[in-house]
Amino acid sequence: MTGHPGEPYTGKAGTRPANGPDGMPLVLEHHVLTSLLGAWALAACAPAEAEAVEEHLGDCGDCADEALRLREAVGLLQRPESLDLDPGLRTRVLDSCLERRPPRVPVPEWAVAYDAETARLDALLQDFGDAEWRAPVRLRWYEADEASSRRTTVAGVIAHLLTVDGLVAVALGLDDPLGDAAPARPTPSDRTETCWRTARLPPDRSVRAPWREQTHALVRTVSFTGDGTGRTTVPYGDFELPLHDAMLDRAFECWVHAEDIAEAVDYPYDPPSGRHLHRMVDLAARMLPAVLEHRRLHGLASPVERRLVAAGEPGRSLRLEIEGSGGGEWLIPLDSPAAKGSAEHEVAHVALDGAEFCRLAAGHVPPREAAAGQEGDRAAIRDVLFAAASLSRM
Amino acid sequence: MPERDVPPRWDRTMQQRLARGEAAALGELYDRFASLVHGLAHRVVGDEHAADGITRDVFAHVWEHPDSYDPGQGPLRSWLAALTTRLAVRRLRTTETAALARGGPGTPEDLERTVRHASVAARADYIVQSMPAPLRAALELAYFERRDYRRTAMHLGVTDDEARRRLRLGLQLLATAHDSGAPGAPPGIGGAA
Repeated sequence: MTGHPGEPYTGKAGTRPANGPDGMPLVLEHHVLTSLLGAWALAACAPAEAEAVEEHLGDCGDCADEALRLREAVGLLQRPESLDLDPGLRTRVLDSCLERRPPRVPVPEWAVAYDAETARLDALLQDFGDAEWRAPVRLRWYEADEASSRRTTVAGVIAHLLTVDGLVAVALGLDDPLGDAAPARPTPSDRTETCWRTARLPPDRSVRAPWREQTHALVRTVSFTGDGTGRTTVPYGDFELPLHDAMLDRAFECWVHAEDIAEAVDYPYDPPSGRHLHRMVDLAARMLPAVLEHRRLHGLASPVERRLVAAGEPGRSLRLEIEGSGGGEWLIPLDSPAAKGSAEHEVAHVALDGAEFCRLAAGHVPPREAAAGQEGDRAAIRDVLFAAASLSRM
Repeated sequence: MPERDVPPRWDRTMQQRLARGEAAALGELYDRFASLVHGLAHRVVGDEHAADGITRDVFAHVWEHPDSYDPGQGPLRSWLAALTTRLAVRRLRTTETAALARGGPGTPEDLERTVRHASVAARADYIVQSMPAPLRAALELAYFERRDYRRTAMHLGVTDDEARRRLRLGLQLLATAHDSGAPGAPPGIGGAA
């Protein structure tokens, strides 16, 4: 048996200089020779050992049989298939299954984006080694109309998602991932800082499992509670959101931070599917009127120019046109959250791409540079763009 | 791989949740096993699009017939691997037969050989992924990183004896990919059905 192709093997130790440690041919016991068979088949032993094994194979039928078998097995070793599954495959597979057999307990429509986005992020993390988990990430957001940022790592971002998703978990009666360490005022940033500060060690890859378990538990729980939780709200410290919107908000944050992570490790990462992106834009568009009012009260937005609009009445509006997959049009009432958006009272028009709008709302794009197309009342446009950026937080 | 060392209770609970028609369970099943299923399917059919289709068929089968998996018979993971290989080999045989009927190159014997090689390759993949992590790590160092067994031992922090044992045992396990219906191979994963 020729162990190493290309090296003629004579089978006679004497015709080739033996190269045991002491210059003498290696004499190995049978059990040692047998134990070397795997390493020999892989060409992973010293030349003298390989020679001793090959010498032995000529005399020992059992070992020769095994050697042949192991050599053939080496031929079956293949690099693992690329694990980069098409991220869109999950939705296609699940949709096709649910069509064939409608679920008795469906995932509520408003939780599907969260389910999809957490699955996409988890797939991105799949092949990360320690270097990727430690890669630096800069979280960016807008605070008091100024760009803010905070340094952490990929693992730190997942810890951040785990602790803020924990707000929803607590609202649903699940365990708080922060346990007793939870701060009194549960703002996302307070909770995150607490998590980072109280951890004995900096977050590492071990944070992935509890994050993923919690995301699965949230989807499972809202599937069972379903519409019964229509009035459940999730407190964010400074404000609260209905459960439906909180799940959309968490889907949005998951995508935004997945992009941060992908950028940090130089991987490509696509925006969410059109139908999920549409819901995220819709959430932001629905939050804008209240944010505008809040900013007006604090002198950050232009004062109301005309008389206040009665609740439910049409008011001055900005047309937000979102282009691309998941796009649409929203009429944002400018002067009161109680007013109705109205095409007849449109004073300004802003057009931009859906993913770009979300990056603005995530504080990743400066408001002044955001809109591709703008026309109409400059002040109204400025107010809405700054209000959108102010939706962002750590 | 996170899906190993999962207690059998997970398999049993998953089967019950699927049987109850819980869509969230189907998502979790996909998240845990999609890369295994897709990887095995791709190894057999060698085509991304076909592997996507097989992945869809495998999950559809489990979702539509959750009772066809019996937790008492073994891990869900092995059962899914067996199902995947069966469906993938069937698809490969169908496409190859059609190509032959259209006057494509090769003989029916070539077709059988192709199908046999593909199912052995899938079985080998599954064995490598499922073997104890220390064995797999030793094989990877020795084969893909071309380290001899002494450097493999050093890297793993084990004795030379132990490194030799792991390499031999790993290859012995892998060699069973050639035996259809070998002990240790999941039921049905062998047959080129």
